[in-house]
Amino acid sequence: MSRFVDIKLRVNGEDVSATVPSRLNLVDFLRNDLCLTGSHVGCEHGVCGACTVIVDGDSVRGCLMLAAQANRADITTIEGLADNGQSDALQAAFTNRNALQCGFCTPGMLASALGYIDGGGTADRDAIRKHISGNYCRCTGYQSIVDAICDVIEEART
Amino acid sequence: MKAPDFDYLRPANLDAALAMLAEHDGNAVPLAGGQSLMPMMNFRVAAPEVLIDLADVAELRGITRNGDHVRIGAMTRYVQLSKDPIILADVPLIGMALPHIAHDAIRNRGTIGGSLALADPAAEMPALMLALDAAIEVVGANGTRLIKADNFFLSYFETVLEKDELITAVVIPTASNTQSFGFCELTQRHGDYALAGVAVSRTDAKYRIAFFGVADRAVRVAALEDTVGDDLEKALAHLDEIEFTDDGKANAATRQRLAGVALTRALEEMTS
Repeated sequence: MSRFVDIKLRVNGEDVSATVPSRLNLVDFLRNDLCLTGSHVGCEHGVCGACTVIVDGDSVRGCLMLAAQANRADITTIEGLADNGQSDALQAAFTNRNALQCGFCTPGMLASALGYIDGGGTADRDAIRKHISGNYCRCTGYQSIVDAICDVIEEART
Repeated sequence: MKAPDFDYLRPANLDAALAMLAEHDGNAVPLAGGQSLMPMMNFRVAAPEVLIDLADVAELRGITRNGDHVRIGAMTRYVQLSKDPIILADVPLIGMALPHIAHDAIRNRGTIGGSLALADPAAEMPALMLALDAAIEVVGANGTRLIKADNFFLSYFETVLEKDELITAVVIPTASNTQSFGFCELTQRHGDYALAGVAVSRTDAKYRIAFFGVADRAVRVAALEDTVGDDLEKALAHLDEIEFTDDGKANAATRQRLAGVALTRALEEMTS
């Protein structure tokens, strides 16, 4: 019946078509079928934020969306954000501030933080903490991540 | 974990969606934003045989103002509510609550109709509908009915919605100059589900106060609403009428105390 679904979508600027199992998560499709392994799979229930990708301009949990739902969508993964330069400043700031240790949360953290920065967010530490409260990091204690996000916002202003 | 297998259907319009629901006779579950349903499926708490994705059903979208009411399509996502000039001007209580609903990435997908149909007792939307005296518009094989929010929620994840019915919209009275609103939610971390929360609307001296995260559904307490304008202390004693949830996150006594704290704070920060 309809346990497989034909989808056509755009991923990092390239047209993709595939036949996917209906139960396949978007992030598993991106990782396993398209070999875009930058998006990570953590909790698989929308809590940790490691799978955050951009769907039609909005940040979305890749584990809470089916690949089937992404039919006709325009998706950007961390690979796309890095390739088009969108995450360059933030990546550099993360390096400068030691805002990662194991790096597992980093792709999702970057995608979420870009949503904050591009949405006109200010260098308000409380607001940044609230914004990234949906992205878990078990290494840094968040301090250096907030530092890095503040750096990018303040540099853009000067 | 991954969701168990299911059939995925994507109807193009409302009639097709209703026909699919009827055909599968209780074995199909509508998929709105999926921000609660997908985790439930991944945990295998939910295992529907068929998912009916409502993404293409245009009849379920849109926010319109008709005279003294605002109509919000069931598939309206939280992010759309947060940017909509009608909502911000005419239903300010929703705007006050939205930042407390999970995180950006969830609000970008989650829908108002999905939250109401699920009826999670810790969710904000059911309480907002109670405080705002909203009606929930539902369509099924037997036509359309408009159900007062007060009569819609039954218990944990249970509503009066029949298995062949879909929520199409909510209808909310527009805010008037004589109204003011308050909202407070207490959580362990920002974006978590509420340990206790409250939504308040006041029209002249009359209050509608809906608590969430405290019991088997969002609840109002008539005696509390009647006395809160005169004597907060006395009003809080009526919280005894709620059968508070007792679970690993907070016991009943803690929840009752937090409900009182939430109400006190919400009243202190009422819009004027």
